[in-house]
Amino acid sequence: MLEKALYGGKKYWAWVIFLLFLIGLGSIFYIIQLNKGLMVTGMGRDVSWGFYIAQFTYFVGVAASAVMLVLPFYFHDVKKFERIIVLGEFMAVASVIICLGFIVVDLGQPQRLMNVLLHPTPNSILFWDMIVLNGYLLLNIVIGWYNLHAEYKRVSHYKWIKPLVYLSIPWAFSIHTVTAFLYQGLPGRHFWLTAIMAARFLSSAFCSGPAILVLLALILKKVTKYDPGKEAIQVIAKIITYAMIANVFFFLLEVFTAFYSNIPGHEHTLVYLFSGLHGHDALVGWMWIMAICGLTSLVFLIPPQFRNKSELLVVGLILLISATWIDKGLGLVVGGFIPNPFETITEYAPTGPELMISLMIYATGLLVLTVLWKVAVSVKKEIGTF
Amino acid sequence: MDNKRRNFLKAVGIAAGLGIGGGFPLCLEASYAPENEEYLKDPEMNKGQRWGMVIDTRKFKTEADFQRVIDACDKAHNIPEKVANPRQEIKWIWKDEFEHVFPAKENPYLAERIKDKKFLLLCNQCDNPPCVRVCPTKATFQRQDGIVMMDYHRCIGCRYCMAACPYGSRSFNFCNPAPYVKEKNKDFPTRTRGVVEKCNFCAERLEQGLQPACVEASNGAIIFGDLADPNSHIRQVLKENYTIRRKADLGTNPCVFYIV
Repeated sequence: MLEKALYGGKKYWAWVIFLLFLIGLGSIFYIIQLNKGLMVTGMGRDVSWGFYIAQFTYFVGVAASAVMLVLPFYFHDVKKFERIIVLGEFMAVASVIICLGFIVVDLGQPQRLMNVLLHPTPNSILFWDMIVLNGYLLLNIVIGWYNLHAEYKRVSHYKWIKPLVYLSIPWAFSIHTVTAFLYQGLPGRHFWLTAIMAARFLSSAFCSGPAILVLLALILKKVTKYDPGKEAIQVIAKIITYAMIANVFFFLLEVFTAFYSNIPGHEHTLVYLFSGLHGHDALVGWMWIMAICGLTSLVFLIPPQFRNKSELLVVGLILLISATWIDKGLGLVVGGFIPNPFETITEYAPTGPELMISLMIYATGLLVLTVLWKVAVSVKKEIGTF
Repeated sequence: MDNKRRNFLKAVGIAAGLGIGGGFPLCLEASYAPENEEYLKDPEMNKGQRWGMVIDTRKFKTEADFQRVIDACDKAHNIPEKVANPRQEIKWIWKDEFEHVFPAKENPYLAERIKDKKFLLLCNQCDNPPCVRVCPTKATFQRQDGIVMMDYHRCIGCRYCMAACPYGSRSFNFCNPAPYVKEKNKDFPTRTRGVVEKCNFCAERLEQGLQPACVEASNGAIIFGDLADPNSHIRQVLKENYTIRRKADLGTNPCVFYIV
């Protein structure tokens, strides 16, 4: 089936070459980072994780969100998802590849990566994250690929896939729970030390991931005329709306606990993020954009008459993605390091090379997604379920 | 006949399994062995069950008192004095104000002698170290005598330990530190870029029966010894003085004590 990715029109190849160009451009900066070390980034001893790890966290969520299609489709027999399910599974594959990419570029000694396997350490959450992420990658490749293969061969779905599908459901929850555990189990990082972190991660994942999927699926529809189904998108939009409401609610729980208890450690990061602390306010603008985007997205998503109009849905989803991306892909990780363990503030901003290297990883993920979706659409075209 | 061979193979298999299984814990055990006692300047320095430190902050009066101690450590461990970006500096032992060293103990009416004073900071060599808990490769590990060590050759540079340390005691080599080290001590490794490092309680000096470099340079202002030995000097000092620890409420059980 993979050979289907080799047959495409001019536009398809132009897009692939464009992505390869971005990957090439970014890798120049990665080579510089490999030679000079992480000194080319904006990170330091106080903010020791930055844009890379924040993006990793965000895309774990995007990957996990495939379960929002898989669960209704396989458990509740939501037939409407028939045409979009494979797109979700393949998007999960591309997202996990983005995650792994961000982990690798964040390492100081990437050539020692395999030490995690050579010296397995079950007390480290990072060890478990490695296991759940790679397992999830494998599950989604196998499930997505062989379901498509069965369709291609016009046979009913392979029986041995079913147990894997069922396994992939709790597995999706696990990848984002374990990723939250990376943060929420650390003493002395007040902003992260909260039991609701994993729940917050999941809720933000289950709105932002499907939102990205719907937008990409609509682009796919424009480009290839492959229609994932209007009804499917409406059901997904409903799921997105509920998840976003939960996400906003969980965030407000944090705000209440911090400010009603009046415990400085719990308040400081939120104050820093939303109004600045001791004259440091690099993220304040971003956070208010987040708040406004987040709330406005609900205005577009909650009333069914808005949500069911394709154009308004798109606006709502773009607002939602912006809000969740700023929240998790920027504020959450960086904010956790501010103030530092000495209650002083060192701010962080990614450098040019850091952003270019990130671009390389996004482009790689998009290339994987392009190839997989191309195969899927070609197969559907060939068997006539286009 | 066949049956015999099968039984034989079974027995061999079980024996081999036991051999590997039994040998495994043994090879884990013997990674650290003390040197021969007669070569040690002070054999006691090799026998600690749980090393600890008391910093008598009353005895740090002038800038020179701090600098002597900090320089001794920097020199002993090839710590770069300055790297290109000050936010990415390497610190094993350094000084800061009371409200930064003990943030939970802030007080708007702090005694002047404390308010204007600087305090030494270093790795607390926690009994229950979060950095060891999170390290995915055991590159940072705890020895039997309590010292939390780094294996610079195993560290993958993920910096999870830096996120986990509530004391900001860990430094990452964002660049190659070697060009920034002025006088190289050939007896201690310089690090490569991309690995994390921190105070090691001078494990390399303890092995030779020497006090840690900072303790030696402190003229008695830092007391080092075995917390597990009720008759040790450090226990005597702890018995006689009121001491505080940094963020002890986090359950890390820090083993560096401060007399204020």
